[in-house]
Amino acid sequence: MDPASPTAAGASPVIEPGHSFGTVTDKISAIVQGQPTSRRWYLGFFATFFFVMVLFYTIANLLMVGVGIWGINIPVAWGFDIVNFVWWIGIGHAGTLISAILLLLRQSWRTSINRFAEAMTLFAVACAGLYPLFHMGRPWFFYWLVPYPNTMDLFPQYRSPLVWDVFAVSTYLLVSLMFWFIGLIPDLATLRDRSQSRVGRVVYGFFAMGWRGSARHWHRYETAYLLMAGLATPLVVSVHTVVSFDFAVATLPGWHATIFPPYFVAGALFSGFAMVLTLAIPIRAMYGLQDMITTRHLQNMAKILLATGLIVAYGYLMEFFMAWYSGNRLEQYTTFNRLHGPYRVLYWALIVCNVVIPQVLWFKRARSSVPLLFVVAMVVNVGMWLERFIIVVVSLHRDFLPSSWGMYYPTIFDWSMFLGTIGLFLCLLLLFVRFLPMISIFEMRTMLPEAHVQANEHSAPTP
Amino acid sequence: MPQIFHRSMNVVSRVSILGAVFLLAGIAWAWGRWVRSDYMTGVGNVRVQPIEFSHRHHVSGLGIDCRYCHTAVEEGPFAGLPPTRTCMNCHSQIFAYSPMLARVRDSYRTGEPIRWQRVHNLADFAYFDHSIHVAKGIGCSTCHGRVDHMPLTWQTATLHMEWCLECHRQPERFVRPRDEIYNMAWRSPPDQIEQGLELLKRYHVPRGGKLTDCSTCHR
Repeated sequence: MDPASPTAAGASPVIEPGHSFGTVTDKISAIVQGQPTSRRWYLGFFATFFFVMVLFYTIANLLMVGVGIWGINIPVAWGFDIVNFVWWIGIGHAGTLISAILLLLRQSWRTSINRFAEAMTLFAVACAGLYPLFHMGRPWFFYWLVPYPNTMDLFPQYRSPLVWDVFAVSTYLLVSLMFWFIGLIPDLATLRDRSQSRVGRVVYGFFAMGWRGSARHWHRYETAYLLMAGLATPLVVSVHTVVSFDFAVATLPGWHATIFPPYFVAGALFSGFAMVLTLAIPIRAMYGLQDMITTRHLQNMAKILLATGLIVAYGYLMEFFMAWYSGNRLEQYTTFNRLHGPYRVLYWALIVCNVVIPQVLWFKRARSSVPLLFVVAMVVNVGMWLERFIIVVVSLHRDFLPSSWGMYYPTIFDWSMFLGTIGLFLCLLLLFVRFLPMISIFEMRTMLPEAHVQANEHSAPTP
Repeated sequence: MPQIFHRSMNVVSRVSILGAVFLLAGIAWAWGRWVRSDYMTGVGNVRVQPIEFSHRHHVSGLGIDCRYCHTAVEEGPFAGLPPTRTCMNCHSQIFAYSPMLARVRDSYRTGEPIRWQRVHNLADFAYFDHSIHVAKGIGCSTCHGRVDHMPLTWQTATLHMEWCLECHRQPERFVRPRDEIYNMAWRSPPDQIEQGLELLKRYHVPRGGKLTDCSTCHR
């Protein structure tokens, strides 16, 4: 890790002046250990926990009654479940991009946000995984998706992208988890050493895996972390590419497009960064972390949001172009149906949310305004959800045969499952913020001027 | 600062990380053995029947053909169980007063069928038809084993899908001439594969994956 000069190439620094090794460690670990748990945290926890219970209720009902409690049917057999699956998986992408690609590109400003972006990734993938699992109808046979020597002498159908999905998503979850955990080890050791209680020492100590901060430890750590970053990098692109294949490999008009993989990856990063902003802005305000997650971070993320948003807009444009250029009437009808069909309001809302509103980020004044950024991020979250709804539902509900056209209306259980996973996501995030350092302590220390005194880039700071 | 963990934790942690791999592999292996065990499949498990009927006696000893009792095997999906009347064809004369056959006579008198217990219970989601198998050269003993050697009847095949596919993927390994279907003692000749391929052609057994289509058995 090359600790680039904190003030290089930007007006506002990555970490506000006045911090030392000690204050950084104190400030971040105090959130976990020193301060009493705030009332606001409890309020948030119980509010989100309520929605976790809603999720459990929905799942229990689903297991007893079946997927019929959702609004899915023929022709729209993929409703909210797949919409939300793609939405959550997409949100997960920012974490890996920040932690792996920005690490390899030596974008050291990532340090303040990578930890909780990675946590967000894990929780988002966990939420995403629930949907295909319960959409199966008989989720207790989920292991049929895995190739193993069974008494049926059957392997999964490898020609189906849905099987590729299983591998892509599970690999992504595993690699993200390992990456996150490896990055946590030095900080877990810090928490272990600062812990006042026996329980804290044992639990943090157990997961710190005997970290003592010796030179050898640091050397191996750096190697392992870099290797994991290398492993995770292709996953940023591969996972959503495979998710897009779920659609693109099918011959349905509106799905069968070669632009889908890059368009999906850009959309995933777009929604991922929107979610990071959505979470970072309240968290930094709540815990007074404006000196570590500075306006520089928010502005950089806004720029990425703008860039990926433009790629997504290009994707929309290409869909129009291909509909015209292909000369395929079915493809053309799908486009017409998006603009003028029964779901047209959602399509226009999508264009406004994903294409029109993010253009304010061209202006530096807009990027510098924290409330505005929060609003734009929320708008993008909604817009990206609408995009998946348009892709899944609008393409399915009117395909080749007008006699089999139909409408899709979500039921109360579609909504409760969706709200439930949002609750689960936020609940896990609150637990994470409460029990683990949400900003990487030791990496923040490398950002300080103190870390550069030795003028030796291979030396690591003493913990 | 005092040690949190005892020194032995170093060994414990290493062993548990390495051991987890073996533990998981062991569980997977044991599971594979378990689902294929006779306990789970019912292979070799003698089903208790209302009357202790011996195939060995009737087939090996007396030479009765399978079709004398299982009359529907060539025409129907189910080979059929004989009505009490079939038993009484002989047992009205032979062992007519044997206490062992009291229930057969009761059944004959009252008209209430004997409640035989099914030995081969194929899952309901699998479509199976005896007639097509018999017509295309699959003998009784291929699936049911040497029933002529069974004093009481048991299952010799697992009825797992992998067992069905063993033949559906390579029927030439098991197919036999039609006139050998009911020959319990039939053994595959040394050139079974060549003969089998020849027979498949003669019996118009579809090749090219048709036998392993999902819908061949799951309709």
